[in-house]
Amino acid sequence: MATEATGGGLEFHPMDQFVVRPLFGDGAVAWYTPTNVTLWLALTALAAIALLVMGTRGRAIVPNRAQSVAEMAYGLVYKMIEDIAGKDGLRYFPYVLTLFMFVVFANLLGLVPMAFTVTSHIAVTGVLALAVFFGVTIIGFVKNGAHFLDLFWVRSAPLAVRPILAVIEVISYFVRPLSLSIRLAGNMIAGHAVIKVFAGFAAIAAVAPIAIVAVIGMYAFEVLVAFVQAYVFTILTCVYLKDALHPSH
Amino acid sequence: MTGDIAELGQYIGVGLTAFGMGFAALGVGNVAGNFLAGALRNPSAAAGQTATLFIGMAFAEALGIFSFLVALLLMFAV
Amino acid sequence: MFSLLQEAATTAVGQSDGAVVVDDTATSNVVVTGTEGVRPGVGQDVEAVGLPQLDMTTFGNQIFWLIVTLVVLYLVLSRVALPRIAAVLSDRQGAVTGDLMAAEEFKMKAREAEAAYDKALADARTEAQAIVAQNRATIQGQLDAAIAKADAEIAARTAESETRIREIRVSADASAREVARDVTAELVRSFGGQADEATISSALDGRMKGAVQ
Repeated sequence: MATEATGGGLEFHPMDQFVVRPLFGDGAVAWYTPTNVTLWLALTALAAIALLVMGTRGRAIVPNRAQSVAEMAYGLVYKMIEDIAGKDGLRYFPYVLTLFMFVVFANLLGLVPMAFTVTSHIAVTGVLALAVFFGVTIIGFVKNGAHFLDLFWVRSAPLAVRPILAVIEVISYFVRPLSLSIRLAGNMIAGHAVIKVFAGFAAIAAVAPIAIVAVIGMYAFEVLVAFVQAYVFTILTCVYLKDALHPSH
Repeated sequence: MTGDIAELGQYIGVGLTAFGMGFAALGVGNVAGNFLAGALRNPSAAAGQTATLFIGMAFAEALGIFSFLVALLLMFAV
Repeated sequence: MFSLLQEAATTAVGQSDGAVVVDDTATSNVVVTGTEGVRPGVGQDVEAVGLPQLDMTTFGNQIFWLIVTLVVLYLVLSRVALPRIAAVLSDRQGAVTGDLMAAEEFKMKAREAEAAYDKALADARTEAQAIVAQNRATIQGQLDAAIAKADAEIAARTAESETRIREIRVSADASAREVARDVTAELVRSFGGQADEATISSALDGRMKGAVQ
């Protein structure tokens, strides 16, 4: 396996950073054990709260730096929902903003050296994606009743094609949580693993400068990816919300 | 170099999945390039379509990520 | 897939000679303690066996803590942060709108002042023009009166002159007639005729009519 040493001091451990382990001692990981996941989840939540609650403490008309960042995040998500899901999607604004803040801070905190990236775990992103999936489905059925199924029965298409389209639509509907969770986790795993692999090359003196430059470049790219993936996660949530609120094509 | 024929196949498979990621890169580049071409023709309409750009890139990228997942599963879970 | 993972993990357990920790829930035996690749002091001293993301034993833990975090974050954001930011944004909106309205008001005032200024200017101009016109009319009147007076004077003088000329002419006429009668009477007398006063006068009148007139 790739984690094996290939000799000559060149060792790659790209996956070690994702290991879940207890914070205190070496025990088994039971469901309640405080682990490094717990620590970084808590830090993520604290960072989001620090920005949105502590940052806006001044309630200034002319905002300071933290407050304008908080307002920018608020405005970004607000406008996103309004543009994509429409005015009636704004009822779900707090939840969407929670998701956005959580994902963006988890991604960014994961880039801190020695940190643990919670969004690189399928379990975490899977829960986020399934929450979106079930939430959207429930909203769709509550708001539209059986009309929600119009989403799968494309009325604008010729009658003969509709069953085929229905099958495709159903499949794509159920693939949504999978693609949503794997996109986020996959991006995070890939970026961090690639950084680790480049860092491993730094053990060879001849290629060390290139490796270090590559690590810096990848790191900058990962900062961008951290934002873009949070943005994409949120925007897809809005798109799904729009489908739930207005299922007819 | 040690290992058996199954391991060989595993590694070859992992290497092949790299093609999938490369094609996903083509797809993402295609999305971004076409967006840029359209945006240069009609810059005033470009600002409203950024969300669509990101959705398109996300969908194109997702399939590359799927092939990365296949690679990971081949490496670690098979 | 996951059964394969577990198989791989148990293989790893079989190969490892380090500390083996068996999960007491006994659902699977994935070991995440270090074996031959332990690097003490490098920070992450635990080596991954397989893909840590697929280690099902940690799923319950992650999901539990994730849900706790999300609920806390959601409650704090929706109870504290969002109303506060919304209030700040609407305050700012209100302040900006108020300022804009005040600015609009000032602009209106400025426009009014400008209109008043323009009006005053126009008034002053018309007034000046009126005064100029009035002065011109007065001067014109005085001029006209002076011209009329002069004309009248000239006419009077002319009439006077004419009268005098006529008097002179009349007197000249009379003198000429007297001279002519005297001369005629003298001529007639010298020729030996009897100068009849009446005949001379009528003859003279007949000759003078044609001459003087």
